[in-house]
Formats: sequence, C-alpha cells, structure tokens
Amino acid sequence: MSAPTYDLGTLHGGLRLPANKSVSTRQPIINAPLPSQLVLPITQHVGDPAQPIIGIGERVLKGQLIAEMTGSLGAPVHASSSGKVIAIEPRPVSRRNGDNAPCIIIECDGKDEAIQAADAMPNFTEISPSSLLRAILQGGIVGLGGAVFPTAQKLMQARTCDIDQLLLNGVECESYISCDDMLMRERAGQVISGAQILMHALEIDKCLIAIESDKPEAIRALGGVLGEMDDSRITLKQVPTIYPSGGEDQLVQLVTNREVPSGGLPSDVGCLVQNVGTAAAIHDWIIDNQPLIARITTITGDGVANPINVRARIGTTIEDVITLAGGYTDRARQLIIGGPMTGKSVTTDRVPLVKSTNCILVSSETPSAEPEMPCIRCGDCASVCPVQLLPQQLFWYACADNEIKLREFGLIDCIECGCCDLVCPSHIPLTVNFRVAKGRIRELADEKARAVRARQRFEARNDRLEREKSERECELRNQKDLAKKAGPSAIAEILKRKQQKNEDDS
Amino acid sequence: MWTAILTIASIALIAGLGLSLASRHLSSKEGDLVEQVNDMLPQTQCAQCGYPGCRPYATAVVEDGVAINLCPPGGDETIQRLATLLGRDSLPLSEIMVPSVAVIDESLCIGCTHCRNACPVDAIVGAHQLMHTIIESECTGCELCVTPCPVDCISMKPLT
Repeated sequence: MSAPTYDLGTLHGGLRLPANKSVSTRQPIINAPLPSQLVLPITQHVGDPAQPIIGIGERVLKGQLIAEMTGSLGAPVHASSSGKVIAIEPRPVSRRNGDNAPCIIIECDGKDEAIQAADAMPNFTEISPSSLLRAILQGGIVGLGGAVFPTAQKLMQARTCDIDQLLLNGVECESYISCDDMLMRERAGQVISGAQILMHALEIDKCLIAIESDKPEAIRALGGVLGEMDDSRITLKQVPTIYPSGGEDQLVQLVTNREVPSGGLPSDVGCLVQNVGTAAAIHDWIIDNQPLIARITTITGDGVANPINVRARIGTTIEDVITLAGGYTDRARQLIIGGPMTGKSVTTDRVPLVKSTNCILVSSETPSAEPEMPCIRCGDCASVCPVQLLPQQLFWYACADNEIKLREFGLIDCIECGCCDLVCPSHIPLTVNFRVAKGRIRELADEKARAVRARQRFEARNDRLEREKSERECELRNQKDLAKKAGPSAIAEILKRKQQKNEDDS
Repeated sequence: MWTAILTIASIALIAGLGLSLASRHLSSKEGDLVEQVNDMLPQTQCAQCGYPGCRPYATAVVEDGVAINLCPPGGDETIQRLATLLGRDSLPLSEIMVPSVAVIDESLCIGCTHCRNACPVDAIVGAHQLMHTIIESECTGCELCVTPCPVDCISMKPLT
C-alpha cells in the first residue's frame, strides 16, 4: 500500500467548517428503486443543450441515447431506464437562471431493459487515446464534482497542453456532502480503474488522488485497492480539511504547489483535475458499457429523518429520494440542492435529480435574517479569500457598477465559495453581489462584441456600395469610349436601328 | 548680466524650437480621437444623430464640435464617457430609446427590397419579389427599415 503523503503547498485563507458529514455515512449507499417517471433535462452540462432524437410515444431502453450533443461543447443524454417517452416539454429544474428548462419525460415500464451494445468495447489499453476520448464523449460523462463540464472536451483541451499529472479530486470540502467519501469507500476499484483509463487517454503516467484527512475509511479503501493492483503510477495524497481546498485551482495549488494563473486553467500548469465520481463514471462506461445514467447523492440535514447516500437514476425526482431518506421531519425549513455554501435554495421538491446533484440538503435553518449593515472595512473577507482577492474593494466597485475596476481587481477569478459571506461581521451577502456583477460584466462584453460586429458589417457595406458605384461608372465610361471610337456614322446606324424597331413594335 | 540674459534667451529659444517641432511631429492625431469616440458609440448605425452612421458622427463630434448628446441608443452612459474623454460638459439625452430589433411580418412582405437597401448593417435577407427576413442577431434596432416599407410590415420588438 502506498502511504499517503503530506508534502503540500499552501492555500491562502479558507475556513474550517463544521463537517456534519458523519450523519450520512453511517449506512452503506442505498440503491434507489426505479421511479415511475423520469424527467431528463436536455441541458445537464456546461455548453449547448443536447438535441432530442426520439419522438413522443417511442419506447426507449436503459442506456439508449435520447438526446445527442450539439455544437462544440456539450454532452449527450441517455435514458436512465426503459419506458415510453410521454413528453418533451419545459419542466421545473434547479439551476441558477430560470426555473423551467426543456426536459424529456419517460414513463418507466419497470422492466429496466438495457440496450444491447453494438459491439463490446475492446480493452482500453489496446485502443488509441484519441479513440478513447471519442468513446468517453459518447458516454454523456460530465464533471460530477458539481461543475458538470463535459469530461471529453476537458480531456481534449488538456491534450493540447503539456500535462504531466492527473489529479483525482476526492476532497469533498463542503459541509454535509459525503457522496464522494462513500463512493471511495465502496467503489474504490472503479475509481482506480477510471484513473488508469484517464492516464491512458492523456498519455501520462502520474496520478495523485487527493483526499481530505477527515476521510480515513476512504483512504484505507483506496490504499487497499492500490496495494492489490500494485500500480506505482498512482499515489494517494492526504490534504488538510479546509474549505475550499476542493476547488479545482485550490487543489492544484495545495497538492502540487503550482499556482493556476488568473483566467487560466490547471492545464496551464501541467495538471488535469477530475472528480473521483467522474473517474468511476468513466470506468462504468468504458469497462461496463453503462453511460452516465445514475449517480450517488447525499440526502442530509436536520430536516430529513434518516440522512443517507443513495445511488439514484438521473431524472428521479428529489421528492422520491427524500422519501427514501425517511421523509421530512418537523424541523425542515429550507431545501438546498448542493452544499450549504455553494448550493441553490429551491422552493419545490418536484425537480429532477440531475448529473450535477451531489447533495440534497434539508436544513432546519431559515435563510439568514440578520440585517445587512454597512461595510466597516475590517478586511476579514480578504484574509479568508482563497483566491487572494479583496472582497471589500470588489463590493465597493460592484455597488458602483464600475466594470473597469472590477476587472482590475480580478472579479473574474472569484470562485464564489462564500467564505467572505460567512466571516462578514456586517452580514453583507458578498457572493450574491459578485455573481450579479459577473453577469453584468458578461453582458457588457456581449454588447461590446455586438457593436464591433455591427461596425464591421457597416464598414463592409460601405465598401461594397463604394465598389459597386465605381464599377458602374467604369462600365459607363467604357461604353462611351466604345461609342466614340466607332465614330458618328456608327451612332447614327444604331439610332436608325432603334427607330426601326420602335416602328415595328407599334 | 548680459551673459545671464543671453543664456536664458538661448535656453528659451532652444526649448521653444523643441516644443514647436514636437507639436508638429508628435501631435496626438485627430484620427485617433475619432477612433476612440467611435469605439464608445453603440454602432447601431441608426443615423438618428443626423449623420449617416456612427463613424461620421464621431468625426463630426471631434472635428466640428457637434453636441455629444445626439445618440439615443447609447444613452446617458455614452454621454458620460464622451464627456470624460473630450473634457466637455455632460448634457441630457436628446431622446430616450429602448433597445429593440426589427421584425418583418412575413405574410405581408411583398419583396420590394426597399428595407434591404436601407439596412446599414446588411441584416436583412431577401431577393426581389421574394419574402424578406431579418437576421435578429445582427439587427441593431436602428429603425431605418421601418419607413421605406410600402406595406408597413416591419415593426420594432423591444429586447427583453
């Protein structure tokens, strides 16, 4: 067994949050029963929405492709179980902007009949990395840590850079969430196998699996599997339990001591980060031929009777999985999808569980009722900011809508971790302000791009009109010259012919 | 005393010559300023300022000192930025305009090409006696196509 190592870089700021994880890790992962209906949004990833390729009334099988990828960034969607497509319509979903999104609705027939694979995938070590990437693209696999960036495109981008190590992110730093912990405990083999597939696809031979020090069982499970496999390329790395050490750039900094540049990607410093859940999903697809149709989700908080981790089909409603956790208790006040720091509060449990749903938190606390006070410029926010920004300055400029200053002070690098909110003695909702300001900056950039295009089109049109005008003049001049050259007799001839023709017509 | 006067005078002469040379050869070109003003304008090419497009207006503002509040699509923000750049006083906007795009009622269109020829950014597709339509993503909402239409089938739809 390779022993976990500690030589680490440093992370600025961050917070030690109460873990609250043990309540949901007492029981093994429960497999959720098949729901009667599946609601599958066509956008469960970063990028362009997938295009449905099945008709209403059509019978689909488990694992069948039902919406294919469009554009250059996106992921396909597969049916999570067998049944009949009954509608393709907007349904409530949990996401940041807008409450309704187009979904494919499947009425399950309970048979859970799987589609027959066209041909079995050969051993992954025998196929070329590029065809392996194409295969991963077809599995609908996206980053399961919460960002849902299409994995295949991330790998393709990384292959254009000089990558020397793969980081598997098992740092589940946010309170309450324990789905990756349980995954590593129970499916350590799949995680390691996924890491091997990823290393083959990237043609590298160094992989670090980062795990927080408060997950000894997961470290033991992974260490055991590694010992059996005797794969010297993979090393376990234990990291301290600090929020938000699981953020992609923060993890790179912590584990490799390389700083991801502003506006850059980990691939700029030779790293590629993947969530452990994504690695397991890649194993399921490449080895077991099962696309991403299920995921492990933590259902927790003092608002549910029996906090657990379930492995549920994508498209199951939140309501159904909460019932599995013993339903709501009297103390349930707020439903949050995601963790307490970065999650989104929703008002209905009739939304589907999607690829990004790593946690369903039923909290007994109502949203903070503390009144917002003026900023006293204490600087506590700056000392906890993991990206080393100055939230107090950013807040100042966000209020003034000063786009230039916001850019200058690096708003674009804010990871919206929420640390500054938590320490602010004036209870200022900083992260919300930053999110709005980011949206505004994006809007302005779009407007600017539109203006540039309009100017180019306007100038191109003017050039064209100018060109047409000079061409016409040139033509006219040529004709006049020709007539002059032919002499007066030729002109008289033409005029006579024209007169003749007019007479004939009348 | 004469030495002092001569020294001062010659320093003044050399400095004066240097400055006049510098102002002749290193002067900030007016063209750059026109470019900067043009960059601040919204590029709708709507001609509501009375000039046939954003660049002509920018040129007029810089060279002829035309008022800076004649651009309704740009709004107050543009006026503020122009005022800062040119060191002029900020003025209230001459007319307020909601951002919108033109929409052709395709059932009424007779294919006369008048609107197509009026569009400053070539955002209208259509051929003679065939239905026309507007490329929404390219439309700047300048309203220049509305008046030429003989059957009044073009309307402005506000952008939400």
